[in-house]
Amino acid sequence: MGLATFRGGIHPPDKKALAAGSSITAAKPPKIIVVPLSQHAGAPCKPLVSIGQEVKKGEAIGEAGGFVSAPVHASVSGKVVAIAEFPNAMGRMVNSIVIENDGKEEWTVLKDNPDYMALSAEELKEKVKAAGIVGLGGAAFPTSVKLSPPKEKPINAVLINGAECEPYLTADYRLMLEKPREIIEGLKILMKVLNVGKGYIGIENNKPDAVKIMKDAVQGAAGIEVIACEVKYPQGAEKMLIKACVDREVPPRGLPMDVGVVVQNVGTALAIYEAARYGKPLIERVVTVTGEGIKEPKNLMARVGAKIADLIEEAGGFKEGTVKVIAGGPMMGFAIASLDIPVTKGTSGILVMPESVIEHAEEFGPCIRCGRCIGACAMGLQPFMLSILAEIGHYEEAKEFNLFDCFECGSCAYVCPAKRPIVQLVRLAKSMVKP
Amino acid sequence: MEATKKEQNYIVSVSPHVKSDESTSRIMWTVSIALLPALLSGLYFFGPKALFVTVLCIISSMVFEHLYFRIVEKKSAVGDGSAFLTGLLLGMNMPASLWSFSPFTAHVPIIASFVAVVITKQLFGGLGFNVFNPALIGRAFALISWPKAMTIWSAPTAAFFAMDAKTTATPLGILKEEGVAKLIEVFGDKMSLYQQLLTGHRAGSIGETSAIALLIGGLFLLAKRYISWHIPVSFLGSAALMAWVMGGKQGLFTGDPIVHLMSGGMMLGAWFMATDYVTSPSMKTGQIIFGVGCGLLTMLIRLKGGYPEGVMFAILIMNCFAPLIDRGFRSKVFGAVTVKPAIAKEGSK
Repeated sequence: MGLATFRGGIHPPDKKALAAGSSITAAKPPKIIVVPLSQHAGAPCKPLVSIGQEVKKGEAIGEAGGFVSAPVHASVSGKVVAIAEFPNAMGRMVNSIVIENDGKEEWTVLKDNPDYMALSAEELKEKVKAAGIVGLGGAAFPTSVKLSPPKEKPINAVLINGAECEPYLTADYRLMLEKPREIIEGLKILMKVLNVGKGYIGIENNKPDAVKIMKDAVQGAAGIEVIACEVKYPQGAEKMLIKACVDREVPPRGLPMDVGVVVQNVGTALAIYEAARYGKPLIERVVTVTGEGIKEPKNLMARVGAKIADLIEEAGGFKEGTVKVIAGGPMMGFAIASLDIPVTKGTSGILVMPESVIEHAEEFGPCIRCGRCIGACAMGLQPFMLSILAEIGHYEEAKEFNLFDCFECGSCAYVCPAKRPIVQLVRLAKSMVKP
Repeated sequence: MEATKKEQNYIVSVSPHVKSDESTSRIMWTVSIALLPALLSGLYFFGPKALFVTVLCIISSMVFEHLYFRIVEKKSAVGDGSAFLTGLLLGMNMPASLWSFSPFTAHVPIIASFVAVVITKQLFGGLGFNVFNPALIGRAFALISWPKAMTIWSAPTAAFFAMDAKTTATPLGILKEEGVAKLIEVFGDKMSLYQQLLTGHRAGSIGETSAIALLIGGLFLLAKRYISWHIPVSFLGSAALMAWVMGGKQGLFTGDPIVHLMSGGMMLGAWFMATDYVTSPSMKTGQIIFGVGCGLLTMLIRLKGGYPEGVMFAILIMNCFAPLIDRGFRSKVFGAVTVKPAIAKEGSK
């Protein structure tokens, strides 16, 4: 029997070996943190602190600005020195709270409650919400929202995303090796909150040791199954993982809950466990600092708000000839202009690339209609038409080619022999028309 | 915020940040390499004249392409190999006898190259936007303009330096005028007819004669996934079927599909001309319809039309329909089929 998968997709070199062997180590506490009030999908937070105020580690400093939102917390103890706009990885200016670390590492009260499973679904959901947990795979969608599906969308399966299909990144891989029990506890909490009997953990098969460890760890856990998926990008995209693991297709523009599934990343499952058991807010996450341009690739447990420069320093700094730094993976990550940009809840990796491995975007040729993008598109689109129509400004017509079904995984641009910036053109078209 | 210690400008661009090492020019050069066995076979059977005609087409195509870019003041893309490939295909679609000075016909490849590269490709918007296969329009133009020169077929000879080879008729010409019995008689017997069609020891365009060499090139492209099976298989399959059903003199189902598959430009057309990315449909279903159309039209022209050969016109006619076929056969969007209702009803545990 073949491994579970979906139609389409690509096989970029995974380059995971760079950082895969490095176990998760705690990054040095940063001297200063910049915590953006908007680092999740949805409404920005409202600040709860004022300049000059002393805060403790784990203290809420921004409250959720709406239903689709998540609070933010201080990841160090210290003094609020500024509340102002700072650039984020996407290049937008975001209102942020700046805290100077006093070095005391003073926590707000953390209480170990080993009997967390006795809590009611509502209480557990409340803990997840208060901890400011968002999807750690990259999209940073508030988890509490996914845990509150409308009545007409019954959920019957929870899927933990351990695919980590982005090349280079090893954060989720290391978590599965080092904290399998905690991840499974997180899954059990999710199953309880959603009142669901089936849980799946989908892992790309280029991590056979993670598959084995997770399989061993789920022994005896009722209703939980580990599924090895074919190694193919974008296997970790929600819709593709759902197709591979439970063979359901989320309808166009639909959400996983339309087919009765909730998907959470392995890092998110861990955060859920820690929130339920200790009341620990999401103030740190695993960040893979890697790439051909970094001296010592590492998986760091980094504080939310730490500057990317701090993590790069901790990974030994740049090698000669670094030209590009990416927040996230090479397929969907954001190239950043400055190293002062903070780590956010959605930062899964920092990728340092020398000239030799990057592809310059400015030189591209006309589409020769070779059809490679059609074969690569996991969404069954015709990306070449989107790129041609966007290039000549026919944005409305691009909608006839299902413009808004594209989730910008970049597979088409990866395989394009003419090196066309298809994702960029798709984004342009999306910004010019209404869905 | 403290300033970064080392000021450096990082490249900021939209994802993805890595790309495959495939490129347009690599595709063009690989297809050219795949044509090499057939070209060598052509040179072997038709001698230096074949080489001159092919090289003339290649050089003219590249020069015209370069000049065009100069005139419209665009960056020259002649290095992408597309003009080279057009020239090569055009040359392989011409008779070696064009290299002749009395009567003088060496201008035919040059003018055909101009029509192919400048009129058919560049004036329609350049690479990627041409409606018709440039090499085939170049050849069609030459055939219509110089019908005599374009149908003088040198007899194949293994003697490389035989500049004054005899002329003869193509197998399809004999088939059309005198029937299959005469064709078998000319080649000795049925087996040696098949054998010589396979190796390419027959009159015809420079690069079209050796079925086996073309098959090797085609399978190479298939193995490298530069083409898919859809167009060649549907093209050859439908042509073979029609040749078998309609091609016989003794009634239905008495035709000889093997002769038809291995003569004329069938192999060259099915593997290398109809599979041109730009002028064929992009979706697989559309490609099969396109291939079937090519196969049936080829046989219709061969059996009922005024020309002995129909591959060129068949592909050109289907080129017109490629955009329409693409409109009719769009890809299926992920999840577009309605979800099985059972899932929605399962509900929670």
